[in-house]
Amino acid sequence: MRTFQPSPAYTQTTSFMAMTEQRVSYTLDSSLETIDSAEEKATKIATELGFGEDEVMQISMAVREGAVNAVLHGNAYSPEKKVTLAFERTEQDLVITIRDQGPGMDLSKIPNPLAPENLLKTSGRGIFLMRSFMDVVEIRPSTTGTELKLIKRVHGATAGGKEASR
Amino acid sequence: MTMKVGTRQVDGVTIVDCSGRITLGEGSVVLRDLVRDLLSKGNKKIVLNLADVNYIDSSGIGELVSAFTTTKNQGGELKLLKLTKKVNDLLQITKLYTVFDVKDDEAAAVKSFK
Repeated sequence: MRTFQPSPAYTQTTSFMAMTEQRVSYTLDSSLETIDSAEEKATKIATELGFGEDEVMQISMAVREGAVNAVLHGNAYSPEKKVTLAFERTEQDLVITIRDQGPGMDLSKIPNPLAPENLLKTSGRGIFLMRSFMDVVEIRPSTTGTELKLIKRVHGATAGGKEASR
Repeated sequence: MTMKVGTRQVDGVTIVDCSGRITLGEGSVVLRDLVRDLLSKGNKKIVLNLADVNYIDSSGIGELVSAFTTTKNQGGELKLLKLTKKVNDLLQITKLYTVFDVKDDEAAAVKSFK
């Protein structure tokens, strides 16, 4: 199995576990650069884990949308607040966690972008896209921030085989 | 790759050739400013050629919607031309494919304006 090697410059904590379980996390500023960086990291890791081209696009876009929410709506670009991004490869899943330090997302205000009255709105599609692209999307708001968990199943995964997983 | 745009006139229709990414930040701003500029100069028949747009996020989708509604509100029409598979898929799942007038052929797109 090929392992994904994080760039030391961006690595906050790195813990490689068994061959089938790896975790890497990053602490990032609340900036537009973070959004692009999160997407690039997701693309790299998903590719190295052997996801197909369409799945890589879905994972990277979901991460991008999650990062947008964290940077804009959570931390509101505050230079004092950080975004934590973690990728974890378990035996069955790629689990991505994005945390912000904002006031906590109000889940009751998440719109349905497919409703006729919302169709022509210029925002409000990020969580919908994440839910469309990932197998599991969990949002846990609190007064100290919001934690977003994105899970993509590694279909057909066996004991650590990239080729076998595809 | 950041977004690049170029405009040309074909039989009274403004074709906007877009390339790169329409995402939060520069890409969205470029598109927004361009459409507003075109409308302010009286160019109200607009075709966004997205053949070379390889990536768009929810903010970019929002900008397409904004360009569409802004143009419509000023008595104009904005159509989309030559969607890549990725952009086409996104407009399908967001149900916006039915909102936009999407064309595959430039000549047909130009002729379709009233």
